Amino acid sequence: MGDLVSFRDFTIKDYHGRLQKGEFSVEELVKMFLERIERVDGLIHAFLSLDSERVEKRARELQEKKPQGELPPLWGIPIAIKDNICVKDLPTTCGSKMLHNFIAPYDATVMERLKAAGALIIGKTNMDEFAMGSSTENSAFGPTRNPLDLARVPGGSSGGSAAALSALEAPLALGSDTGGSVRQPAAFCGVVGLRPTYGRVSRYGLVSFASSLDQIGSMSRKVEDCITLFEVLSGSDDRDSTCAPYPPFSRREIPPEEEITRIKVGIPKEYFSSGVDRSIVKSIEEVFHLLRKRGIECVEVSLPHTECALEAYYIVAPAEASSNLARYDGVFYGLRSEGDTLQEMYSHTRTNGFGREVKRRIILGTYALSSGYYDEYYLKGMKVRTLVRKDFEEAFQTCQLLLTPVSPCFPFLLGERTMDPYQMYLADVFTIPSAMAGIPGISINCGYHDHLPIGLQILGKPFEEGWIFGLALLIEKLLSLPSPLPHLESRKGSEQ
Amino acid sequence: MKDFYVTIGLEVHCQLLTQAKMFCRCSTDYIGKEPNTLICPVCTGLPGALPVLNRRVLELAIRTALALRCEILPQVVFHRKNYFYPDLPKGYQISQYDFPIGVRGIVEFVSGGSKKRVRIKRVHVEEDAGKLIHEGPSLPWNSSGVDFNRCGIPLVEIVTEPDLRSPEEARDYLIMLRSIVRYIGASDGNMEEGSLRCDANVSVSRDVETLGTKVEVKNMNSFRSVFRALQYEIDRQKALLEKELPILQETRHWDETRDITVAARGKEEAEDYRYFPDPDLLPFSIEPKDLEEIAKTIPELPLERKERFMVEYELPEGEAGVLVQEKEVADFFEECLKEFHKPRMLCNWMLTEVLKNLNELEINITESKISPSNLAELLKLVDKREISGTIAKGILEEMFKTGGRVKEIIARKGISFITNERELEKIVRETIEKNPQSVADYLSGKEKALHFLIGQVMKVTRGQADPELAKNLLLKELNSGE
Repeated sequence: MGDLVSFRDFTIKDYHGRLQKGEFSVEELVKMFLERIERVDGLIHAFLSLDSERVEKRARELQEKKPQGELPPLWGIPIAIKDNICVKDLPTTCGSKMLHNFIAPYDATVMERLKAAGALIIGKTNMDEFAMGSSTENSAFGPTRNPLDLARVPGGSSGGSAAALSALEAPLALGSDTGGSVRQPAAFCGVVGLRPTYGRVSRYGLVSFASSLDQIGSMSRKVEDCITLFEVLSGSDDRDSTCAPYPPFSRREIPPEEEITRIKVGIPKEYFSSGVDRSIVKSIEEVFHLLRKRGIECVEVSLPHTECALEAYYIVAPAEASSNLARYDGVFYGLRSEGDTLQEMYSHTRTNGFGREVKRRIILGTYALSSGYYDEYYLKGMKVRTLVRKDFEEAFQTCQLLLTPVSPCFPFLLGERTMDPYQMYLADVFTIPSAMAGIPGISINCGYHDHLPIGLQILGKPFEEGWIFGLALLIEKLLSLPSPLPHLESRKGSEQ
Repeated sequence: MKDFYVTIGLEVHCQLLTQAKMFCRCSTDYIGKEPNTLICPVCTGLPGALPVLNRRVLELAIRTALALRCEILPQVVFHRKNYFYPDLPKGYQISQYDFPIGVRGIVEFVSGGSKKRVRIKRVHVEEDAGKLIHEGPSLPWNSSGVDFNRCGIPLVEIVTEPDLRSPEEARDYLIMLRSIVRYIGASDGNMEEGSLRCDANVSVSRDVETLGTKVEVKNMNSFRSVFRALQYEIDRQKALLEKELPILQETRHWDETRDITVAARGKEEAEDYRYFPDPDLLPFSIEPKDLEEIAKTIPELPLERKERFMVEYELPEGEAGVLVQEKEVADFFEECLKEFHKPRMLCNWMLTEVLKNLNELEINITESKISPSNLAELLKLVDKREISGTIAKGILEEMFKTGGRVKEIIARKGISFITNERELEKIVRETIEKNPQSVADYLSGKEKALHFLIGQVMKVTRGQADPELAKNLLLKELNSGE
């Protein structure tokens, strides 16, 4: 049967091969992951809830009805779901006390698609409260630790999903990316995370943080699996008006390697400024070197509005959040803290239910939308957004893809940045502009400094995830780095 | 005493007649339903749920705006209106702000015998809120509940410029507006059931040049209460002005039971709704082609129709006005005219007998069992004096109750025609012989006695005689006599 450690570089295809040969059953596979979670999650805290019983039952059912011939794309594959995506009959807390008792009564569109593709939902992963944060320290249920260094954060806000992948607690995961919440934790945990083009994956059932920026991202240990997952998730949805009327992504859209090696890749100079850790720059420059050797031209480009993108983001995203989070008022579901009057009930509920960062952003956003300030803040933020989008359009005139670091820094220590929100916000400086522009981007591991992973970001034109995957596959092959495999078991005794 | 100048503007909300709610597929048929049975994640604002516009809403709203002679704006943009209230599950209402569906419209109507016009400032769409319930079997003691069945039902909001000058005008505008939205099938305009709601802004000034302080009056649930509330509010403001007391800019509620307006409790500061474009609903443009298609669906509107009826059928204005108020009634009238070509007579029957029966049965004309052909058939008999008016009224009543054709009812009821003059003459003579006292009374100048004698003839014939004929025969007999 083997054990998960020997599966560290497995893709879905490899699991399917073993399942087909009968080396293990779906139920056994699921049990392996559940046992792994049992063993290591006490250290990491990647999961907020598990659905062990049901997932085992579903695994048995799948095995019994195993189709003849080709298997559905995710048949029998366990997947971890960020806790801001609604899975029917499972808790959906968004990492918030506000929704500590909320059980989703419906499936998100992506959940329907995952289930139809045969995936098995093993549990819900930890996150910064309402996806606001870059370290998963803002979870009301305690932080997640980086499996590669337990003293450090896994990034955020999809830190639980990234950590679960990195720790081999799940082979696949869903995250959500508003300003970098899939890509940055993927980089911090040495795994793969895709932020699709805005509108390529339905948001129906993803608890809104900033509606014009939120996208559900595919996360995996290998680029190959990210592609498979994205094929399942993507495609138009008549329950989300912002979802583009495009067919699902198909790997046929990925150009062949010969074509990839003929493209021009842009290197935005603003992403290599003095604020970026030199080891990260060095590691990424090695990638450029490898690519040049394969004939890919790497040219410097400029995205002049990179810096103000961050500032505009912290107007636009909180503004939308202040409205999106207004529904948590204690009336219909979630936490309610009683009061003598309606106003008091609202006030107590929201005071007790939301954490500091969420409150900070609600106040920020409320201010930005207030009459008299709307033009100065929100409207200006939207104008900057247009400029940021134009930056990318301009850059893509001369190159097919852009290559950048995902984060200017390595995973930081727990508590290191919690007192300084601006330092925390800077962790997303390279993922925010593309989110503001609505373009797709992937984060893949491109090396380690000591034991800490370094993330490389590939950005592409809207709806051209195919090119991104093409280059990501090539780089993954050229680097041939092993998937992360933290040795956690040995430390279990001492840490618990 | 100096003059007072009254200025009134109305804000009307009409529920649009769609099958499904504005942003989800829940049914809008909420009247009389158990609370919270017509709900889904979208209309209850569950985490993660997203709105998708029901295109039919747009169609009906555009139809409304066109019927109110508005300019249609080419872009459709939805805004969020942010405020906290338990009946608003998302904490914001999806509404429209700087891009309403239509602007700068005009409604013409008749009030106090002359034609008036009110300018329409804007027509926009928004979603309805839920309803707070303060008593009910499932509610624990001392608590309130929220029923979300109504939540998300599409509304069209129609805002006038402050062009109305009196409660009468406000009421008459409202009646016309209701008639229009019903004509175009946009709303059933039922104030009692809340599918048409009206708020008013009223100010009174002593100076024609400047407006007085604006007071908003809410909670008026019928045409009558709009009229009475405005009348009360104007009197109240006049009294304050006369005593040189200040008028507060405030919101007041009409208290139907006490017949007064009461200042609404709560904060006086202007609320900041923090409108911004809803990022869940992308703006889109209206194709001119679609606009043309919608324009084609707008029927002749009540005022035009009235004027045509006055010219084409030579009906007096008052009657024509009542006849066209309900499209279905006017349609019925014109349908009936095709077979019975006497508009005046038909109009009289429609406005008295037909409407009376409808009112008694509490139904509208399309729900009734009588068809335009049926009525035409009946009126032809009356017109040819084959049956009397009284008989016809009875038959009509029967037709409303059981349906069926005139001839069948006549046969079933055993009604025989007494049109034979000679037969009736005989009855008339018998009546005169049996009632010498009345005859004497009549001959001595008591007109009333004649009516008694007619009544006797009708009684003997069990109402089947033509009273006009009976009268003539009686007169002939009495005057020729002794």
